[in-house]
Amino acid sequence: MTEIGLGHYLTLGAVIFSIGIIGIFLNRKNIIVILMSIELILLAVNINLVAFSIFLGDLTGQIFTLFILTVAAAEAAIGLAIIVVYYRNSGTIRVEEIDQLKG
Amino acid sequence: MIGAEFLGMIMLIVYVGAVAVLFLFVVMMLNVAQQKNQWFASKESSGHIPVGLIISTIIFFELIIVIGGWKYKPDLFDINNNTNNFSMSNTHSLGQVLYTDYIHVFQLSGMILLVAMIGAIVLTFRKREGVKTQSYLKQISRERSEGVEILEVKTNKGVKIDD
Repeated sequence: MTEIGLGHYLTLGAVIFSIGIIGIFLNRKNIIVILMSIELILLAVNINLVAFSIFLGDLTGQIFTLFILTVAAAEAAIGLAIIVVYYRNSGTIRVEEIDQLKG
Repeated sequence: MIGAEFLGMIMLIVYVGAVAVLFLFVVMMLNVAQQKNQWFASKESSGHIPVGLIISTIIFFELIIVIGGWKYKPDLFDINNNTNNFSMSNTHSLGQVLYTDYIHVFQLSGMILLVAMIGAIVLTFRKREGVKTQSYLKQISRERSEGVEILEVKTNKGVKIDD
């Protein structure tokens, strides 16, 4: 067993980040999955920040992680509220059918 | 636990206790269970799938390359200059920084949470028509003169109540 080092944490962060990106690109199902993917990406960033903060001995990374956590929670709440309102108005949250905004 | 116990616990509490439950409630509320699982069998053009895979692989390998550089030149930064005072717990030292140097940002994040809460409530609030509810103001401001009337009841005549 090797000791868990910085590289392992960064690898975990990279894997979670990539899963988030894949989730955003691949899903055609509903928009909740996209919100979850955004949460995953923010979580990966948080993992990287905490790992660097510990291994470089600087507390600022952890402070920043706290604020990112706050913003992520607020964003999840607002996003889900918007989804609920959209579902109430249009009856669907499938990504393919959200095309009212012709762009 | 690499020394960030406070953030570990906060992440557990926030993600499991708040975000996951929030997602669960919305999934339960929105009745999306009957949608078929069509991850890859989309009717329309599925040209986005290779694009997504390529982009995410590129990003993944870029991140791995960053880690690799760290591994082959480990003294790029002096990794082990832990200025952490180990006589204090992680929570203690975090609090000593958070409530002094970052107090304005901290209060700003509280404001963000407040705005998010108000926004979520305002977005999902709806007044439904035809629902019978109590009107507390009406109940409280009711007076005896509007509710009670003293009448003289004559025998065999009864009382006519106009309403």
